[in-house]
Amino acid sequence: MTPKEKLVVVGNGMAGCRAVQEVLKRDPGRYQITIFGAEPRVNYDRIMLSPVLAGEKAFADIVLNDEAWYRNNGIVLHAGRAVEAIDRAAKTVRAAGGIEAPYDRLILATGSDPIRLPLPGADLAGVVTFRDLDDVEAMIAAAKPGAKAVVIGGGLLGIEAAYGLSKRGMSATVIHLLDVLMERQLDASAGFLLTEALAQKGVETVLEAQSEEIEGRDGRVSGLRLKDGRVLPCDLLVMAVGIRPAIGLAKAAGLAVNRGVVVDDTLRTSDPAIYAIGECVEHRGQCYGLVAPIWEMCRTLGEALTDGSATYQGSSLSTRLKVSGVDVFSAGKHTGGAECEDIVFRDAGRGVYKRIVLEGGKVAGAVLFGDASDGGWYFDLMRSGEDVGAIRETLVFGQAVTEGLRGLDPSAAVAAMADQAEICGCNGVCKGEITGAIAAQGLTTLESVRAVTKASASCGTCTPLVEKLLKLSLGDAFQAQTGPKPVCGCTPRGHDEVRRRLVDEGLKSIPAVMQALEWTSPDGCSACRPALNYYLVCAWPGDYRDDKQSRFINERVHANIQKDGTYSVVPRMWGGVTSAAELRAIADVIDKFEIPTVKVTGGQRIDLLGVRKDDLPAVWADLNAAGMVSGHAYAKGLRTVKTCVGSDWCRFGTQDSTGLGVRLEKFMWGSWSPAKVKLGVSGCPRNCAEATCKDIGVICVDSGYEVHIGGAAGLHIKGTEVLTKVASEDEAVWTICAVMQLYRETGWYLERIYKWLDRVGLSSIQSQVENPESRRALHDRFAYSQRFFRIDPWAERVAGRDAHEFNPLSRRMEFEEA
Amino acid sequence: MNALVIDPIKWTDIGAVTDVPLRGSRRVPTLSGDVAIFRTGDGRVFALVDRCPHKGGPLSQGIVHGHAVACPLHNWQISLATGEPLGADHGKGCAPVVPLEVRDGRLFLGRV
Repeated sequence: MTPKEKLVVVGNGMAGCRAVQEVLKRDPGRYQITIFGAEPRVNYDRIMLSPVLAGEKAFADIVLNDEAWYRNNGIVLHAGRAVEAIDRAAKTVRAAGGIEAPYDRLILATGSDPIRLPLPGADLAGVVTFRDLDDVEAMIAAAKPGAKAVVIGGGLLGIEAAYGLSKRGMSATVIHLLDVLMERQLDASAGFLLTEALAQKGVETVLEAQSEEIEGRDGRVSGLRLKDGRVLPCDLLVMAVGIRPAIGLAKAAGLAVNRGVVVDDTLRTSDPAIYAIGECVEHRGQCYGLVAPIWEMCRTLGEALTDGSATYQGSSLSTRLKVSGVDVFSAGKHTGGAECEDIVFRDAGRGVYKRIVLEGGKVAGAVLFGDASDGGWYFDLMRSGEDVGAIRETLVFGQAVTEGLRGLDPSAAVAAMADQAEICGCNGVCKGEITGAIAAQGLTTLESVRAVTKASASCGTCTPLVEKLLKLSLGDAFQAQTGPKPVCGCTPRGHDEVRRRLVDEGLKSIPAVMQALEWTSPDGCSACRPALNYYLVCAWPGDYRDDKQSRFINERVHANIQKDGTYSVVPRMWGGVTSAAELRAIADVIDKFEIPTVKVTGGQRIDLLGVRKDDLPAVWADLNAAGMVSGHAYAKGLRTVKTCVGSDWCRFGTQDSTGLGVRLEKFMWGSWSPAKVKLGVSGCPRNCAEATCKDIGVICVDSGYEVHIGGAAGLHIKGTEVLTKVASEDEAVWTICAVMQLYRETGWYLERIYKWLDRVGLSSIQSQVENPESRRALHDRFAYSQRFFRIDPWAERVAGRDAHEFNPLSRRMEFEEA
Repeated sequence: MNALVIDPIKWTDIGAVTDVPLRGSRRVPTLSGDVAIFRTGDGRVFALVDRCPHKGGPLSQGIVHGHAVACPLHNWQISLATGEPLGADHGKGCAPVVPLEVRDGRLFLGRV
């Protein structure tokens, strides 16, 4: 009998043992097999460490191959013996403790090492990674109920660690460098939902947080300090920032390595007797950290080691988050660039978000949140490259619906539904009740069906189905209703509904609104995002964090873009009043930055045109130094208050119109509104400040102040209407702030005051600002909001905020390479 | 016969992927004019010549949504994948696509 060939496996983990199983399956008697493992235990399922950490499983539950398996297959296991060197000439490996083993074929399955951030304090006790059972045991030992854990890294592993620790009674916080959790698998919408779901499970999330130092006391971790100065106290700190292929052994042995151990399509390294599989491998430039590709590699290797001819072609990736209760699935490439289309489905009631990415008529990727049951189906469609044009309409509803309806047109599908089929899930209305009501009561409109049956009266998701039933019953007699004008193509809902619901439902971010109101696009469009951002700014002053990516460029960089890509800068001149010092500073800025054009505006300001974007912060710094702030000439917000000189100088002036204008501007500046707001204050009915074509105007008279609204002198020309007349300057200010707040709260985005006035009617505005109680309430809400917005945005940027806006990403391509 | 292979594209490391804000863009000046680098909500990156085919507006200053950008001058919607205008303006020129690769979290911009 010829001696068996010797197969040595370095690595007793999931890849190493699975490869051995694949060999045994094909040719059980061929090799004498020896396995070395660095961990002192048998082969277990590393993926299931999270449930062990969470206390849902014990180690015995996650063992893949017990001692009997090794014994029965004649495998020698050296557990707890890390291999230290490979002698390729002698074809032997040497492990800790001096054990040597000769091989004919060698498999490297060394896996990967968790990355340890080189932060000060990283060597303190209580700072751990999350890779093996020892790490889990260290975490469990530290997990005293009530103690605090901080997990650095909002990827799959970090989230699982935090969830497990919170199940162990710790309060856990995940710190993530970026603004989306699991950004490599999830888009912003799903990432937001994950943040919310984790919060409900008691795991806090801190996004866009950069760790600076681990603080300690008596050699033990006591907290994590972030770059922004915040300190998060903790008793345990878990680093889950990623893994790195473990290539040290292969590199020392002189094998070709790059990021991982380089292998060909038969998983052979640069030495023909040595193979490599699993996380330590780099195949066609790609390293893998998920289990599915590793199983595929093991199958190929099983073939290669038993004289088969399979090759490994690389894997498509999918991820299913396995933390219990959070159902997430992601597949397909999320970086790269090609023409893709999205199909988005949201069900706010069930907390479901689905996004199917199509490319060239085929499924290129999918993100599912809240209901991942069709993940496998989408993944199969993606891998098969099947053209999905024919099933596109129902694709997002999943396999059952699509296959149930394949070949049927949508109205036929409705006709074919049983009378007991539920149409409206919210109110439990089935098809028979609706068609019955239509026939018995002669209903012809959606509204009447809603009134009679309550179908589609709640969330509205079933509205298209109800409309189809009407159409089915009435034929061409049914016309779909046109409701309020939708905000944009991303939603059928109108501005009023959006505004009302984000307040009523306490929605405080754009992703929250898009989910709850079932937006049909993944991240909105250039029409709805600025609108939602404004509605949130208005509804939640102080709470809402402005999303600058949803601001038009002018509001993002606090200057007005010009046709050639330069900007114009308009410093504020309160009430149109300036001084020699301000004018001198402006003149100096013009010289220093070679500003080509200086123009006096219709709003009594000075406009500096042709400023290069990169110069903006320096221009502002000089203007700030002379006491000037942003004039917000770019804002959907308060622009200018134009005044005449009034009773100070004018022989006809009745009141201090300049003083009132300055007072109004000093109180109202920085406020955001649906569209721009310009004020004018004239000291007498001769109206030199042209107050009667302004959004809000004041005409001073001997007996007091006339407050006007709804003028326009642009695309449309329109004189103001008199809102009210008050006796004192204080009342004039209160009234104007109240009407401004009413407009802020009920105007539609981009709707100027004159259009808002046409829509809501003068009397409805009068009734609210003439009633002292509602006027006071409106004024107070405006004043509260102003506490957060009367801040000079220029000074903030001079101090360094949003610096990336004003600098190119790189200057390395400006010059020819030497 | 010896084969000679020349990569026609010269690649320059222009920064980290994360230097470009999500749903945002950054500008890279080059000898032949500015290039706009975009990063979309789903983490993909794109590069176009920073000139709208309409009136030459700087696309790098627009609002990024889905895989499109709205030109800041006249709100033309430009596909990030092809540089072509979407919707009613489709077929009216394009902002040329510039080669861009991601390697290990770094952005490499190509010069042809």
